[in-house]
Amino acid sequence: MNHVLDKTPHPPTRALSLETLGMTMRFGNFTALRDVSIKVPAGSFHVLLGENGAGKSTLVKCIMGFYQPTSGQLTVDGREVEVAHPRAAHDLGLGMVYQHFTLVPSLTAAENLVISRADVPAKINWAREREALAAFMATMPFQVPLDVPVGRLAAGEKQKLELLKQLYLGRKFLILDEPTSVLTPSESDELLGMVRGLTTSGDLTCLMISHKFREVTAFADEVSVLRRGEYAGGGKVADLSTADMAAMMIGEKELVRSAKRVETSGNVVLEVKGAKAPDRSGFKTIEIGDLKVKAGEIVGIAGISGNGQMELMQMLAGQRPLDEGEIRVKDTPYKATRTEARKFNVRYLPEEPLKNACAPKMTVAENIFFRDFDARGGKNQFWLDTRRMMAEAARLVGEYKVKTASLASQIASLSGGNVQRAVLARELTGEVDLLVIANPCFGLDFSAVAEIRARIMAARNAGTAVLLISEDLDEILELSDRILVMSEGHIAYETPAASAEIGEIGKYMAGHH
Amino acid sequence: MTTDIGLWGVPLAILGGAIRVSTPFIFVSVGEALTERSGRVNLGLEGTLVFGAMSGYAVAYQTNSAWIGLLAAAFFGMLFGLFHGWICKLPKVNDIALGIALMIFGSGLAFFFGKPYIQPVAPHLPAISLGWWSDVPQVQAALRVNVLFIAGIALAIAASWMLKNTKVGLTIRVAGDSADAARALGIDVNRVRLWSTAAGGALAGIGGAYLSLYYPGSWNEGISSGQGLMAVALVIFARWSPINCAYASLLFGGAGALGPALQSVGVTQGYYLFYAAPYVLTLGLLIATSSTTRAMTSAPGELSITK
Repeated sequence: MNHVLDKTPHPPTRALSLETLGMTMRFGNFTALRDVSIKVPAGSFHVLLGENGAGKSTLVKCIMGFYQPTSGQLTVDGREVEVAHPRAAHDLGLGMVYQHFTLVPSLTAAENLVISRADVPAKINWAREREALAAFMATMPFQVPLDVPVGRLAAGEKQKLELLKQLYLGRKFLILDEPTSVLTPSESDELLGMVRGLTTSGDLTCLMISHKFREVTAFADEVSVLRRGEYAGGGKVADLSTADMAAMMIGEKELVRSAKRVETSGNVVLEVKGAKAPDRSGFKTIEIGDLKVKAGEIVGIAGISGNGQMELMQMLAGQRPLDEGEIRVKDTPYKATRTEARKFNVRYLPEEPLKNACAPKMTVAENIFFRDFDARGGKNQFWLDTRRMMAEAARLVGEYKVKTASLASQIASLSGGNVQRAVLARELTGEVDLLVIANPCFGLDFSAVAEIRARIMAARNAGTAVLLISEDLDEILELSDRILVMSEGHIAYETPAASAEIGEIGKYMAGHH
Repeated sequence: MTTDIGLWGVPLAILGGAIRVSTPFIFVSVGEALTERSGRVNLGLEGTLVFGAMSGYAVAYQTNSAWIGLLAAAFFGMLFGLFHGWICKLPKVNDIALGIALMIFGSGLAFFFGKPYIQPVAPHLPAISLGWWSDVPQVQAALRVNVLFIAGIALAIAASWMLKNTKVGLTIRVAGDSADAARALGIDVNRVRLWSTAAGGALAGIGGAYLSLYYPGSWNEGISSGQGLMAVALVIFARWSPINCAYASLLFGGAGALGPALQSVGVTQGYYLFYAAPYVLTLGLLIATSSTTRAMTSAPGELSITK
């Protein structure tokens, strides 16, 4: 560790303080950040709250030197500094853990740590590096396996390694960009607890971007809230309630509430019995023993990403052949062909719809028309009926409030929320008896999320059977009638939503039971 | 003098063939493995190989030194690699399409410049006789090993070691696996890929020089039977590991010798079919080791063919 620090010009040895003064960032006519001043004292745990597009990322990118602010100043440890590029920020002792992993999947943890250093020797003496790494790890409050390719580590381990990497590089001010979005509640608590410990002991200052109030109240000292690029409020966490913080984040805006849950009882629509299929890597088996979804019910499947949810979605959509068992829809074997999907009114909303449910370079109208372009009222059509397509698309775009320049724009040019709305419009049109959804709100902002969830709830109330696969536990809790937990390729736990306990669900998600 | 060794001739011929035929495959596939580990595919190596064969032969003839010819082949190969790497850096260029263009361009250029060198005889690269302990001439013939074969094996080991134990090696792997991570580390991805492609080109040039300067040992327009292309397929089969590339090349070379070996012991029926053995073998192995539902875990994440 020592030889790392020796090469840094003026290595900070204690936690740094940081302050922004009147930070403003304009991109052409658009002002992403307006006159934002925040103050983060040394050794504190500060949280930056805000909706998507509130300017949080812009602010931290200005601090880290990815952007040059249009105006405003940055002070580190009381000295005004100019950060021309990320390297300069690193030299000052500032580091960042990104929302997506920046580790190289095929390299081991040890290789990742060593290559991230600025002074890697041309020939790496692994015996010596290993010794140095062991000495460094001994000073850390947590451990990560060093000799396994990072791609095989669980998300929680990867995130810990990202944090370790920053500490290994001698960073004393850390920006964490939604570090827990891919972790279980207990993994999050562990990670943030470690960060908390490091800040309390004065080794580190932390600025964390987050959406989760639970984390803010449990771990942070102070909070700053941004809204539409402006500072909307903040202060000591002890003095604020979650309602106060939510009000600062959202401002004066009316959210679409999920429609009321209507009492329904219906027949079983989807049934999966003893279905077995290999997972992505081919080394493990996904096994769904018994899964039933009734009409007018939302069954939520919770779980950490990579526990077989993606494979389950592919099995249901016919993309992953079954080794054993069967899938039945309305008591008939179902192979997910286009004909069958049409006959049984099965619709899908896969995750990342732009990639998995759209032809990105085709127009919005064409994408919306994918379900109907070759048939009308049960009769096959040979010619594409452009007039009907435009009329349908115009109606749905209006009804679902898809913001698009025109119906002839490429769907790839729409924002994530609008792609999601367009696909939802397509999938929910007509009679829908079974709807299979995966992560419908991933990466969308507050209002889009509320609206999409309301649509799903409305479909349920109209008698659709809904299978909701989601990594967002809050979403599962909000929407589901029954909650299933998927862990290591099988369904580990089932509970009615009414009597669900977060702690219990979290335990099964983590695989400890 | 020949000794009749009967059916033993078949495995012996396969061994000899494996050593003789595999050398260009080793060079081209190890070079391509380096290029692909950096995140780019150079399909143009077939053209590079043919141009290397021509330029190596021509320079060897002019200077009367096979070694200078070899260096020239490596140099021209590197130029081809640099050209590929430089063009790929430009926006909206597809490395595969460019590779196919370069493949045809390289062969065409080689035929154009190579016309005057079809007749003359250039000096050959030296071979080492490892069969001195045996009296059987077939054994001696099979164990006449060209220095380039030994260099190729050493190269495969060195490349594997480099990818694990040096800064350059780790940098290449980072650039090939995640361009985002590489940029976050301050690595200039395009530069890494440029020089990895250049190294791959130089090695393919050497592979070509082996063809014209040792086996078969002359320059003509039919000198390559698609070795450059097959080597690219070998890299995928070898799962991007240089050591595996050497093994795969040996296997491929051995299979290639099956046809002539069977012919020499008097199997006349359908031996043309055995000439196809290496291709059938490659196809079979690729099918056997592939899967529709499993992700290829060892594939570099940035390759345009796996993305």
